[in-house]
Amino acid sequence: MYANALASWRGHPFVRRFSRTLGEVMAYVILAVGAIVMVLPFVWMISTSLKEAGEVFSYPPKLIPSHLAFHNYVDAWRAAPFGRYFFNSLFVATSVTLGQLISCSLAAYAFARMNFPGKALLFTAFLSTLMIPRQITLIPSFLVLRELHWLDTYYALIVPFIASAFGTFMLRQTFMSIPRELEDAAKLDGCSRLGFLWRVMLPLSRPTLASLALFTFMGNWNSYLWPLIMTNSQKMRTLQIGLRFLVCQEGGTNWGMLMAATVVVSIPILIFYLFVQKQFVESLTFTGIGG
Amino acid sequence: MLAGVKRTVWLLRKRYRWDEVLSAYLFLSPSVVVFSLFMYFPILYTLYLSLHRWRLGKMSRTFVGLHNYQVLITSSEFWEVLRNSFYYALGSIPLNMAIALAIALLLNRKLRGMAVFRTAYFLPTITSTAAMAVVWLWIYHPDFGLANWLLDIIGLPRLRWLSDPRWAMPALIIMGIWKGLGYNIVIYLAGLQNIPQHLYEAARIDGADSWACFRYITWPLLTPTSFFILIIAVINSLKAFAQMHIMTEGGPLNSTTVIVYYLYEQGFKFFNLGCASAVACVLFAILLALTVIQFKVLSPRVHYLGG
Repeated sequence: MYANALASWRGHPFVRRFSRTLGEVMAYVILAVGAIVMVLPFVWMISTSLKEAGEVFSYPPKLIPSHLAFHNYVDAWRAAPFGRYFFNSLFVATSVTLGQLISCSLAAYAFARMNFPGKALLFTAFLSTLMIPRQITLIPSFLVLRELHWLDTYYALIVPFIASAFGTFMLRQTFMSIPRELEDAAKLDGCSRLGFLWRVMLPLSRPTLASLALFTFMGNWNSYLWPLIMTNSQKMRTLQIGLRFLVCQEGGTNWGMLMAATVVVSIPILIFYLFVQKQFVESLTFTGIGG
Repeated sequence: MLAGVKRTVWLLRKRYRWDEVLSAYLFLSPSVVVFSLFMYFPILYTLYLSLHRWRLGKMSRTFVGLHNYQVLITSSEFWEVLRNSFYYALGSIPLNMAIALAIALLLNRKLRGMAVFRTAYFLPTITSTAAMAVVWLWIYHPDFGLANWLLDIIGLPRLRWLSDPRWAMPALIIMGIWKGLGYNIVIYLAGLQNIPQHLYEAARIDGADSWACFRYITWPLLTPTSFFILIIAVINSLKAFAQMHIMTEGGPLNSTTVIVYYLYEQGFKFFNLGCASAVACVLFAILLALTVIQFKVLSPRVHYLGG
């Protein structure tokens, strides 16, 4: 009988609407608290970067500085050549992205449309590189780059990354979905293979190319271990490595300046992300990589 | 003999067109060259080096067989390193996945303003580990950091976070969860969106409550997603390096020396290339075994909709 009463009470339209609203409010509250926790370190970074030395070391901490100390940014800019670091990061990430798109498109076209001896073997060989993490190839790669006299040059940061089995497979999938009739028609019109790839295949694969470019760019921009080991002069450092050396050199005293430097290092990629956000999230779920 | 060769050539001619074969090889050559120099050769050379004693700068390298491995296995230091790596993985992954699933379920209700929340959760994933490690270094500052301020507010005793051997790893784990959450949320959201709505409608008609819906529809149908996240998360956390390098340098008392940090230290600080290569081979074996185990053992239990 109680159960009956409860059921009819639950089923009442008013109660149903009320419990739904309650659920929504709860969801908002939990999500908001979580979001604050996620964003707090960023707020803390920006707030510290705008504080005078005295206020940085005040307790309890104040989230909003009493006056804005923009000179931390000037100090950071003077303490290390961030312009050069920024150029290095941008140049390396762009070159790697372009190089990878080219090499992957070519390889993917061969796998998708051409017939040649050793195709299965080469395909397996490509596949196997997915099982080899970079960390494990570190020492021999260092030795190879040393033999080539490429250590501490842009080559060391770019060349090892301009091939990707993952990109090749993604593009191959896309290429295989493009109808063969198109190719036959193009051949009749006297279009070469390279011309067909450039004029037909690539424009039709734009979404895949965009996702690939995004991931390659971001991954490379954020990479740490490789540039740490393969470069040693200040002028070859990327933003990430430059920041780390600044932290070491400071010894953890001038936190206002260090946080200003961290803002400088992390803001470009955040702005970039806000622009490509939708595309990024879509391609992340589409490709299932990142992290 | 000659006839055999002729016949093979004839067969190849019949099967392939030489201009197509040539351009295929040409198209593949950039990737093959890069892979050979920076993937295939390195992996073989790592194996080779791991069987030698060689210090960078010295010309002579001596073959020592499995000596490097023997040294690793018998040293308590290396076991500690392995333990640290698995502590980091097991400490962060289950909690990360649980929180990510909960947040994804809430975000999936498609209320207003969800895009803003999604961006907020995703911000840490986008920014570089190096920059975020510097921010967390400041958060964990023993006197003026945010972490101890929060402990003060709740009324718990302060911690010396990164300089306390007991708390350095948990500190890194907390940061790791914060950093990796967004990625897992996005993947879970994609998984949730693949579950057909009509299953829930049918269950509702049968009188199932929210918990039953979650337990018997959402959770089983999300198994492939969870499985995927688990693989990626274990592999990624075994590769962690930047935060240890920036925040703790493997200390205090080696409590945060994880496997890649150890490799880096042996190879590029002590120039002990043989030993470092052996460490790399062990890491490779672990990652390979994990992938194989996960695919072989776990995949039959994974549910796929529609067979």
